[in-house]
Amino acid sequence: MSLHKMTLTEAHGLLRHKKISSRELTEAMLSRIDTVDPKVGAYLTVDKEGALAAADAADARLAKGEGGPLTGLPVGLKDLICTKGVKTTCASKMLENFIPTYDATVVEKLKTAGAVFPGKLNMDEFAMGSTTEHSAMQVTRNPWDLTRFPGGSSGGSAAAVAGDLCLASLGSDTGGSIRQPASHCGVVGMKPTYGRVSRYGLVAFASSLDQIGPMTKSVEDCALMMESISGYDPRDSTSVPKEVPPYRELMKADEGQGLSGMTVGVPVEYWEAEGVDPEVMAAVTHAKELLESLGARCVPVSLPHTEYAVAAYYVIAPSEASSNLARFDGVRYGLSQRDGEDLLSLYKRTRSEGFGEEVKRRIIIGTYALSSGYYDAYYKKASQVRTLIMEDFSQAFKACDFIISPAAPTPAGKIGEASDDPLEMYLSDIFTLSANLAGIPGMSVPCGFTGQGLPVGLQLLGRHFDEATLLKVAWHFERAADISKARPTL
Amino acid sequence: MKITKEEVLYVANLARLNVDEEDVDKLAVQIGNILSYMDTLGKADTDGVEPTTHATHLTNALREDVVHTHPGMEMTLANAPEREDGMFVVPKVVG
Repeated sequence: MSLHKMTLTEAHGLLRHKKISSRELTEAMLSRIDTVDPKVGAYLTVDKEGALAAADAADARLAKGEGGPLTGLPVGLKDLICTKGVKTTCASKMLENFIPTYDATVVEKLKTAGAVFPGKLNMDEFAMGSTTEHSAMQVTRNPWDLTRFPGGSSGGSAAAVAGDLCLASLGSDTGGSIRQPASHCGVVGMKPTYGRVSRYGLVAFASSLDQIGPMTKSVEDCALMMESISGYDPRDSTSVPKEVPPYRELMKADEGQGLSGMTVGVPVEYWEAEGVDPEVMAAVTHAKELLESLGARCVPVSLPHTEYAVAAYYVIAPSEASSNLARFDGVRYGLSQRDGEDLLSLYKRTRSEGFGEEVKRRIIIGTYALSSGYYDAYYKKASQVRTLIMEDFSQAFKACDFIISPAAPTPAGKIGEASDDPLEMYLSDIFTLSANLAGIPGMSVPCGFTGQGLPVGLQLLGRHFDEATLLKVAWHFERAADISKARPTL
Repeated sequence: MKITKEEVLYVANLARLNVDEEDVDKLAVQIGNILSYMDTLGKADTDGVEPTTHATHLTNALREDVVHTHPGMEMTLANAPEREDGMFVVPKVVG
């Protein structure tokens, strides 16, 4: 078996039994990046030297019988997660040359676990977009069909995993940015509960919605990554002091029982939504039947405020973004346009040249929504609707253990053919962004293909801090559906 | 909802962004359309509903007031576009 094709769990088995070394694995991965990534365009930065040094250190630990399940394994990082000494650009001209002086908490945790970082992955600029076409750096292509986009904003993270250019990756999800590209690229992606994973060192987009999460080739790998990156961090005051459960163990507990005794919520507002591709609907309907055949019982549930979710989200997220992105002023780091005569022109010229079109549009919308006279009509109203959306989920979870829907209404589209109407792009986030507003965990698991061979993802949504149920369901589903072994040819 | 060119320029200035003359009309239409869509929020009955700002409802994340070592001036200034005597340089603010 080619080394790059393995899951984390498979590669760990080989490392532990000394069948391969981390150096061999890392070199194989770097050489695949050299030959294949020019077609995909997932990586913005490749850190060969750092990766090989980490691989050698991992081999030294493994030789002494030390290390854990991630020691020596190549994991890619979305380029908005700070890496000490390695460029972190957010795919923006603003941070084109920014080299962080510290590691994000998730990076620290993965380093302690002995993971190897081959490099940083492309994304929509500052995570604003659904196709990765809003990157200021390069185009990323979907490994299943190179004429199509990988989804976004964590498009590089999804494409790299699907294209076997790393064994797993981290993305971030503010309104679906892990789950939607996972769906489009046929990989597993999880957005954890808000507060489960530290955001320290994640470049902020919308602080009350952002979460870092794993993108992997299997559910077991996803559970493993969750065990490694989760947990309270005193440096993120919104991280929640809760024990991290042994996800892999819980996932496999009572294996013989399948999903019997579990209740699946099928929200009418999602399943009867307009504009869902019929092939996507067919794939998720088949997935629903498969869950039933595993013993789960489906019940209809209602999320009555769904019709307001997109509007509430696109007030709240740009409002928070307009405030967070105020820090890019050309004074302390990042792009700095200094040939103007005064401070105001330093700010304006830096920001106008540094930010791309979509980022500027969202800053302007957010600034408008927060400006004097409009605050009550937009931001306050959206925050009240957010409460109603949270209550919808609380009600629904009284009747079911988890909720299912498509992760995205359509499969991946063609590069360059996405509408230039921003509102149309926003509306395609309908299934994913409520989970961010409500702070609940969500994941996308591959559940089938369209006639053209494009992957479709099933979204699972759960109660706050109940990632364990989602992983358990996904693990049983994956084994029964038997499609996660399908890989694109590159 | 109609947004005028003047309103776009006013808000862009608040956000410290320059908008090119040729982009103003397009932006005014796009932002007007987006804000019209936001107006669907008006239909939601939110009487007496408390706003949510954080989904997990954490309040007052307190910690002990412990002294930590500062990473040092060099680290803080490492990405400074322009520096002098251990300080960030900015254009003259007061005339």
